[in-house]
Amino acid sequence: MSKAEETFLLEPERYEFRAMPMHQFALGRRDFFKIFGAGLAVFAVAKNVSAMQETAPGPHGYHNEELPKEIGAWMHIGEDGTVTGFAGKAEIGQNVRTSLAQTVADELGVAFASVRMVLADTALTPFDAGTFGSRTTATITPQLRKVAAAARELLVEKASKQWNVPADKLVAGDGKVSDPASGKSLRYSELAREDIGTQKPPAEDPIKPASHWTIAGKPVPKVDAREFVTGGHRYTTDMRPEGMLYAKILRPPSFGATLIDYDDSRAKALKDVVLVHDGDFVGAAAPTVPAAEAALASLRVQWKEVPQISDQEIFSYLKKNAQPSHEARFRQAKGSVDDGLAAAAHKLETSYTVAYIAHAPLEPRAAVAQWTDGKLTVWMGTQRPFAVRDDLADIFHVQEKNVRVIVPDTGSAYGGKHTSDAGLEAARLARGAGGRPVKLVWTREEEFTWAYFRPAGVIDVKSGIAADGKLTAWEFHNYHSGMSGIDTPYVVANQVTEYHQVPLVLRSGSYRGLAATANHFARETHMDSLAHAAPMDPLEFRLKNLADPRMRAVLETGAKAFGWPRQKSAEGQGFGVAAGYEKGSYVATFAEIFVDRMKNAVSVKKLVEVFECGAIVNPDGLRNQVVGAMIQGLGGALFESIQFEKGRISNAHFSSYRVPRFRDVPEIEAILLDRKDIPSAGAGETPIMAIAPAIGNAFFDATKVRLTKLPLQPELHLLG
Amino acid sequence: MAISTELEINGKRYSVNYPPDTPLLYVLRDELGLTGTKYGCGEGMCGACTVLIGGTARRSCQIPVSAAVSRPITTIEGLEKNGALHPVQQAFLDAGAFQCAYCTSGMIMSSISLLQSNAHPSTGQIVQSLQGNICRCGTHPRIIDAVQRAAVTMQEGTK
Repeated sequence: MSKAEETFLLEPERYEFRAMPMHQFALGRRDFFKIFGAGLAVFAVAKNVSAMQETAPGPHGYHNEELPKEIGAWMHIGEDGTVTGFAGKAEIGQNVRTSLAQTVADELGVAFASVRMVLADTALTPFDAGTFGSRTTATITPQLRKVAAAARELLVEKASKQWNVPADKLVAGDGKVSDPASGKSLRYSELAREDIGTQKPPAEDPIKPASHWTIAGKPVPKVDAREFVTGGHRYTTDMRPEGMLYAKILRPPSFGATLIDYDDSRAKALKDVVLVHDGDFVGAAAPTVPAAEAALASLRVQWKEVPQISDQEIFSYLKKNAQPSHEARFRQAKGSVDDGLAAAAHKLETSYTVAYIAHAPLEPRAAVAQWTDGKLTVWMGTQRPFAVRDDLADIFHVQEKNVRVIVPDTGSAYGGKHTSDAGLEAARLARGAGGRPVKLVWTREEEFTWAYFRPAGVIDVKSGIAADGKLTAWEFHNYHSGMSGIDTPYVVANQVTEYHQVPLVLRSGSYRGLAATANHFARETHMDSLAHAAPMDPLEFRLKNLADPRMRAVLETGAKAFGWPRQKSAEGQGFGVAAGYEKGSYVATFAEIFVDRMKNAVSVKKLVEVFECGAIVNPDGLRNQVVGAMIQGLGGALFESIQFEKGRISNAHFSSYRVPRFRDVPEIEAILLDRKDIPSAGAGETPIMAIAPAIGNAFFDATKVRLTKLPLQPELHLLG
Repeated sequence: MAISTELEINGKRYSVNYPPDTPLLYVLRDELGLTGTKYGCGEGMCGACTVLIGGTARRSCQIPVSAAVSRPITTIEGLEKNGALHPVQQAFLDAGAFQCAYCTSGMIMSSISLLQSNAHPSTGQIVQSLQGNICRCGTHPRIIDAVQRAAVTMQEGTK
């Protein structure tokens, strides 16, 4: 762990920012002067805070940047009628290229096919803190709507002046402004001039309500879909710019190891190889991958290793090393838990644990970097292009305006592609490559080892219920895993909820849903135990303690679809339910499992999930995201777990780190509730978080054995 | 030691100079620019690099270039004929059977191999046959749907 990581201000809700760059290059004195000339240079970039842009802590604290207010920064209407939308978000498989284009087309009133989106390019798109937290639909969709609505009104105004017809008599749509009375019309492209782009949307603007959407709200197929079935789309890993070199990095044998001896005398004879040794960083770039590998193999190096925590002791370590929290935001309390427990008819105290897991995006971390006249361009699969730009500018001592980061549509991320490492490494090697571009593609083993993990955690819950099944006390402590989804949605007068920070053991960061999966696993498992203690039906127990009508709605809809409460038709069957609320959306999951004691096998037979995120922008894309989260959630629920010892990952391969495959996928029913009266929330994360507790609760229903650890590994609990 | 190797890929002949134990995947991607075939693990565990060799799905990261000389190789780039997609490609498109789509090439190649040996696979046979292909986005149900759609259109095409 670097010093920066240890001292970095913790922001548990946004773990993604805790993983700091792995490298702090020294560069070298001559390098330094080449950049600056002799003397001292200080760059000051003035930045204003804007209410429009959500802020996010970056490596240098909070990086806020005022978003452009001019229409032209967000949208352009071409002479040929092509409309271009600009947003700093990245397309990582969640289908925002499509949903954002739908939004622009819908609000502006043009054909969907005439809109294209430019995304995640620090030179072309407005600043963006990152593609995370299910924020694209919640923040950028309304922003683009605002801009498109303003542009539409300005176009109507221009036509109104030109024809001397009141604006309210004119109609905008189909890419033109029309006057129904005279039959006259003018295309947007004929009306749009520079002056549209320089204007700003008014504070109050006439955004269409979801009930009036015509292009949004429909299952529009993925933009450029054909390119993905022909192999034509170029991911970062596929790029081959002229003269490109391939990079390989020499990784330390274990976490925290430092390079104590370096001898490259045997590499001197190699031709056409760029070899860089900078601190603990050693890398090579060559015209072929085998040549770069041969260069690294020729080196004689020695590393000094340091003691590291193993997976055997992690949970006791986390409890022992929790730091006392002084910040109010980590602890919420109301009423008296002691009084609530004293009044309880049933009390329960349980400790839950969650393992480290890996994102394992199928496209590994990769970057292509090129220096041209002191300017750096990096193509990289990242969720945070502007933060990567800032890191590159900082570490290479160049101004931000001289660094451009471009994100090709990326082979998935799941919260795992927030850091700048691959870009920094490629750029460091490219510095020695005389203007030639350098491509670095991490191997699967590097991906499993040197990226970062969803943090492990311990969650202790203490609770009480009255004889009628009402919660009287709730105390919830999360150690290390995070604060997302930590607040209970159930009504309880006496409660304490607290997050306890622990210094990082393994490099940790964001993950789809952050800690919401861990917190929902603990809470919803605990609620199930309380229901059985009451004893009450687990669904009835939840509803008895719920006031939020949206959460009740997803549970009640799911119960109907699943047929809850169900009668068992076979020995070994089990049914479970779990629900939750996070990031503006609601989920209820119902699971049917089958336990075969003879074969020592547990299989998930069916999952029914109800999801509600306000007005649905693209039901087809949303269904893909919801079903995808459910299937991905099976891995963390049942078997995914990072094993580590002596600073090494013991299962850094797909052969030893099991991810969900076809055979693991049960019958799935995803029910999407479309609330046109509620603003759209994002949907990439929340659908994952109730899978594990629903399955664990079903296992209890089948076996009367309570599982309190993620992954559940239910088979291990059948023996004996 | 690099040696000259003759390969037949998508109906064209190529001569490449690589050490004979170099995996075919790297020759396809880095030398020939056929980047539709993806690197996912380099260990034969994810299926992203699947190509057809002599009509059968193989993991190109596990095939040394020297072992790929005698039989025709088909990659995702070789499926489209005169602007028309292969029925399996079309079925993936129609079913919306991808999210990030990084696994899609490998899924399509594995599905073609299956449908060539079994024109009417059951759901269980599709699952069995695609078990070695990882989709991290969790699009499995739509991929199964796409293979079933393709089986129907390919059957109609042969009538």
